[in-house]
Amino acid sequence: MDSVLPQLLTGLATASSLFLVASGLTIIFGVTRIVNFSHGSLTMLGAYIGWSILTRLPRDPAWFALGILLTALATALIGVLIERVVLRRVYRAPELFQLLATFGVVLIVQDATLWLWGAVELPLPRPRWLRGFVEVAGGRFPFYDLVLIAIGPVVLGLLWLVMNRTRWGTLVRAATLDREMVAALGVDQRRLFTSVFALGAGLAGLGGALSLPNASANLGIDLSVITDAFVVVVVGGLGSLPGAFVASLLIGILQAFGIVLVPKITLVLVFLVMAVVLVFRPNGLMGRPQAEAREAALAAPVVRAAPPALRWLGAVALVLAVLAPFGAGDYYLTVLTDACVAILFATSLHFMMGPGGMASFGHAAWFGIGAYAAGLLLHWAGAPMPLGLLAAPVAAGIVAALFGWFVVRLSGVYLSMLTLAFAQIAWAVSFQWVEVTGGDNGLLGVWPPDWARSPRVTYWIALALSVGVALLLRRALYAPYGYALRAARDSAARAQSIGLDVARLRLVALVIAGAACGLGGAIFSYGKGGVFPTYISIPHSVEALLMVLLGGLQTVAGPIVGALVYTGLADLLVRSTDLWRLVLGAVIVLLVTAFPEGIAGAARRLWLRGREA
Amino acid sequence: MLLVAGLNAHYGRAHILRDMALEIGAGEVMVLLGRNGAGKSTTMKSIIGLLRPTSGRVLYGGRDIAGEEPHRVARSGVGYVPEDRRVFADLTVMENLEVGRQPAREGQRAWTPARLFELFPNLGRMRDRPGGRMSGGEQQMLTIARTLMGNPRLLLLDEPSEGLAPVIVEQMAAAILALKAEGLTILLAEQNPHFAGGIADRATVVEKGAVVWSGSMAALRADDDARRRYLAV
Ligand SMILES: Nc1ncnc2c1ncn2[C@@H]1O[C@H](COP(=O)(O)OP(=O)(O)OP(=O)(O)O)[C@@H](O)[C@H]1O
Ligand SMILES: [Mg+2]
Repeated sequence: MDSVLPQLLTGLATASSLFLVASGLTIIFGVTRIVNFSHGSLTMLGAYIGWSILTRLPRDPAWFALGILLTALATALIGVLIERVVLRRVYRAPELFQLLATFGVVLIVQDATLWLWGAVELPLPRPRWLRGFVEVAGGRFPFYDLVLIAIGPVVLGLLWLVMNRTRWGTLVRAATLDREMVAALGVDQRRLFTSVFALGAGLAGLGGALSLPNASANLGIDLSVITDAFVVVVVGGLGSLPGAFVASLLIGILQAFGIVLVPKITLVLVFLVMAVVLVFRPNGLMGRPQAEAREAALAAPVVRAAPPALRWLGAVALVLAVLAPFGAGDYYLTVLTDACVAILFATSLHFMMGPGGMASFGHAAWFGIGAYAAGLLLHWAGAPMPLGLLAAPVAAGIVAALFGWFVVRLSGVYLSMLTLAFAQIAWAVSFQWVEVTGGDNGLLGVWPPDWARSPRVTYWIALALSVGVALLLRRALYAPYGYALRAARDSAARAQSIGLDVARLRLVALVIAGAACGLGGAIFSYGKGGVFPTYISIPHSVEALLMVLLGGLQTVAGPIVGALVYTGLADLLVRSTDLWRLVLGAVIVLLVTAFPEGIAGAARRLWLRGREA
Repeated sequence: MLLVAGLNAHYGRAHILRDMALEIGAGEVMVLLGRNGAGKSTTMKSIIGLLRPTSGRVLYGGRDIAGEEPHRVARSGVGYVPEDRRVFADLTVMENLEVGRQPAREGQRAWTPARLFELFPNLGRMRDRPGGRMSGGEQQMLTIARTLMGNPRLLLLDEPSEGLAPVIVEQMAAAILALKAEGLTILLAEQNPHFAGGIADRATVVEKGAVVWSGSMAALRADDDARRRYLAV
């Protein structure tokens, strides 16, 4: 019993910080319908800016409070900048382009932060008053934790007042319900969006700055915070402030006790709770069904057959690819092998996302499961490569079926966020189950047998498998199954009424995509000689999205073009500049704002226009 | 006051409005008649700017507002009441009105909640009721009141009588006549010629997105042939 109260208080303190960040995310989503990936980056900036301000101010409570507020103000201004420069241009773009744009911002902020503050963690020197303890019920508790605990409800109260007692709040709530109607009544949406973004960003920065005394400013904050915030917002119900508060408490307390009771699987526990909540309440604890955006129907991607010229181009490219080992050195062969894997990675995601209509934020999960299936078989049972290449898609497919069983009924953002959560579970297992997976060190020595060991043979195997699978996926799209799948995507209700089993169609799509992606993971492992948790990381999942969206959803060739362009771009950037994330982020933002239909889509449009003219 | 000429609009690739044309003088009430899917609502959405017309002019007070953003059009004095009401379900009556509030223009007597409750007494009895928990008739009154809070000079009213009980329809007609008496210019979309007959000065009949008949209400009443051809229910 002795440990219950301290844990509870720790949990409540965590909950407060979570709530600050999540409330901003949920307010922004409510009004703009944008899932803002860069929200975690704003928190990170809050921590760094907070550090810079607080270390320059006198160290007493009043100055500390002032410093924190200044930090929130600064991040709010940065939020305004992001909104004006990036988001404003993508409000009418499909949801995933918005996500991609905000991820571009994540990359830019990462490198900018690294450049400005350096790679070293920056702890805040804590003055005595921050280190103090308070006696509560016979125990001693960190004073600062109690401050944090108080801040959560205070902020909730203030937000409630703003939302319910001011004209601005009324407009925000109205826009959350029907922003088109709000505009038709004479309200300038742009100014409303900018101000909402400023508030959300300010809250994110506040959360980042307030976390300083207990943690430090470091470059990992952005992604870890955004995952937690997604979980909270999804569990609470997208767009609901009280929901975010309750979910923060739930998750914060769960984490605090989880660490004591089941240290190894705390992350898993959190995501399991999220999964359970969504199974029983598909819109979160306090969310309401998402009204489909009124304009969205027009943007649904169609898959169109490639014009004949493009097929010829493809055939020529394929021949060149087969002959490549005779011209390219070993280094380029490994890059080309990576490109083949990228093709599997991207086409499989495109399959479930384009025709299947299920966007995944966690596609790397299947990649990693395939990789670990092959790696573990080799490591523990000495299974040779061919068996590993077979086991990988099977394992990934089976897990996809299990996972799919309870997510295919969810829609839109929730499904996407659950895929992210699932990928984080898989990542946590690979990272924390050291005895089996080798944890952070990974599984080493996952090499192909001698006959396939040369980069040349590895490349040919990768090429054969990726092209083969890509063609199979294409076939499936033009088979009756593919048409049924698209019908289900375009209108689930109508598909149901003509006798299609929508859930099953989507489940099958998920399994196919998972299996194909798992194969890619296995090939990749044999190429690199090892399996590591980073295969399942969020940035890796986002890479898949980048490839697909770069190429565009509308064409079958899209994900292939996207995979190639992305691999080439990434390779070029990593080799030529230390600031590759910054450049990549900027390129993404530019592409998304300039070509909302992707590279292949834009090329296709230009091509058709050229012919009509 | 409002002149629409050569207006074309599309939903995606579907060509909906074909050279739509209208002219309404200040203080006039014009009714747009036409069957389901004729393009009445689309005309209104194109005027307020929720749908960007592909070509054509919308002159309002001498200025071309075609393709302008909805909030600009609204602020220049055009009020839009959508056919599906679009009341903010979580917001109370008072809050719904607040969202619609915009400053009055010179020489206008500003609408206030109190004045609107005189026009629609039902609303005054449920100030704190969320919009989602009101009857269809009450919601219809609220959506009109909400738009009036913006102090428009021109009101686009899309099928205010749709789906309402006869008693409520009569109240609605009385309210619209009161607005007309205030000098408000009104473009009314209707399927119900009887309802329109009591209110409008002139009528424009649309079919497949184009004007097929226009003239005074009296002329329409006299023209059996047109009524049969375009309005037969
Ligand atoms: N959002 C939309 N997307 C695609 N087509 C639409 C959309 N809204 C309306 N249409 C089509 O545009 C045409 C005109 O519709 P509109 O709503 O303007 O008709 P209406 O005259 O207002 O009819 P009603 O009396 O039923 O309200 C119809 O053929 C309709 O099917
Ligand atoms: Mg209509």
